[in-house]
Amino acid sequence: MSGSTTLAGTVGAAAQVVLVAAGSPLLVGVMRQVRARLEGRAGAGVLQPWRDLRKLLRKEAITPHGTGPVFRAAPLVLAATALVAAGVVPIATTESPLDGAADLFAVTALLALGTVALALAALDTATAFGGMGASREMTVLALVEPTILMSVFALSVPVGSTNLGAIVNSTLHEPQRVVSPVSLLAAVALAVVVIAETGRIPVDNPATHLELTMIHEAMVLEYAGPDLALVEWASAMRLTVLLGLVANLFAPWGIAGADSGWVALAALPLALAAFAAKVTLLGGALAAGEVFMAKLRMFRVPELLAGSFVLALLAVAASFFLA
Amino acid sequence: MSDVTYVRLLDLACGVFLLAAVLVLWRRDLAAIVRLFALQGAALAALVTVLGVHEGLDGDGAELVALAVGIAVLRAVVLPRLLRRAVADGGEARETEPLVNVAASLVVAAGLALLSYAVTRPVVALEPSPAVHAVPVALTVVLIGFFVLVSRRRALSQVVGFLLVDNGITAVAFLTTSGVPLIVELGVSLDVLLAVLVLQVLTARMRAAFGGTDLDDLRELRD
Repeated sequence: MSGSTTLAGTVGAAAQVVLVAAGSPLLVGVMRQVRARLEGRAGAGVLQPWRDLRKLLRKEAITPHGTGPVFRAAPLVLAATALVAAGVVPIATTESPLDGAADLFAVTALLALGTVALALAALDTATAFGGMGASREMTVLALVEPTILMSVFALSVPVGSTNLGAIVNSTLHEPQRVVSPVSLLAAVALAVVVIAETGRIPVDNPATHLELTMIHEAMVLEYAGPDLALVEWASAMRLTVLLGLVANLFAPWGIAGADSGWVALAALPLALAAFAAKVTLLGGALAAGEVFMAKLRMFRVPELLAGSFVLALLAVAASFFLA
Repeated sequence: MSDVTYVRLLDLACGVFLLAAVLVLWRRDLAAIVRLFALQGAALAALVTVLGVHEGLDGDGAELVALAVGIAVLRAVVLPRLLRRAVADGGEARETEPLVNVAASLVVAAGLALLSYAVTRPVVALEPSPAVHAVPVALTVVLIGFFVLVSRRRALSQVVGFLLVDNGITAVAFLTTSGVPLIVELGVSLDVLLAVLVLQVLTARMRAAFGGTDLDDLRELRD
């Protein structure tokens, strides 16, 4: 990584932020639609999440009595971290001007910052559900973060850098690396933690409002109007960024690499289209898988996450010792 | 086969071999455990085949490939079928209460992996070829097998633990020596087959006499 900013890199980073911001509600819509069709329902259409957001944004902003600045700032922090992550992660280009910050630790910390802000806001409401949701979310987060770090670390050992752009570039140049045991173990571990982090079945059910089972929904129960819209939108963006990260770490084809000048600029639309296709495919597969699965009991979740942590640890060990 | 492909395939086979052992700790369903054991047998056979093809099919390699076929038949077909029959007869479909819970045993498996990497470093340093580099994986499977033996209660999971140990030992032998004499491997295989048959009969007797195969109950027996 040279560190110099190119025109194509800057345009690419801006384009990927716009794509994630505009496309993530559509991704949620596609996932709901796939699920509805598989369950024999007509479904509300792909655009429904955008319609929901528009409806929420027109409402009056209301905050519960007795809540403080933490509660009001949390949706903004969540959305801001998700947007920065969308600009930093190699989605359409590996040459983002924020590339110096596209470190695996920085991205994980950004995403964790958003989650922690939301958990603090849930505690701020001082309701039973908020506290319960925050406690559960922190339990999951504490188990998820080390696994994300471990599995991306396993991928970074052969490259010799924790920079996400560098990892993606090296996979582009050596495609056979994808079928190595390191990569396979890390892929499984990362898939499990992404499902946990984004609150999908079998860890959390995004469609439920049943008190005893919800995690994410319990935290945002007190939000209404534009704040709720912001939280929903940020959650969709996090889902898109994490799915995109998985897609590009293990199948980076189509991403605009380190070309110079107009070639790189011309490759951008293709890269954006490839990214949209990959994420839609992953999201559709995730939604289809959810139809056939039940939510795990809360007490079994640590088991699942411990398993994925072990896979990630084995991936790291294998990347050191099998090489 | 080029060297790069050889290393990739070898590593892939080792990865599946190790993954199957870890997943045995993860799953509670006895039928799933037997399926994983069959997968591991197939991975071991693939490992030996890759080693054999790398040696060259005209010399020692042919013998290795023949051994791989034997291993595949015994460990991926015959032994799983015997175990499956025992599960079907038993009526106990799940490992209900392992002595160490699943999350903890997965963490123990990670620790065992690190331990085996630590203790095999002198072995790897002797001849740092790609095959010898994979020895820690095989040793990890041996250790996980021992762990299954001490931490699970059902007789059938313990048989699988015993077989994991044996798979691991076989893998160590092939990875370090590039070829075990046919006669030795035949003897070991026969031994394993007989041991499983005897254990199966023993399990059936236990069930007939006491109505279950929870081995912890056995220490309470009196004349």
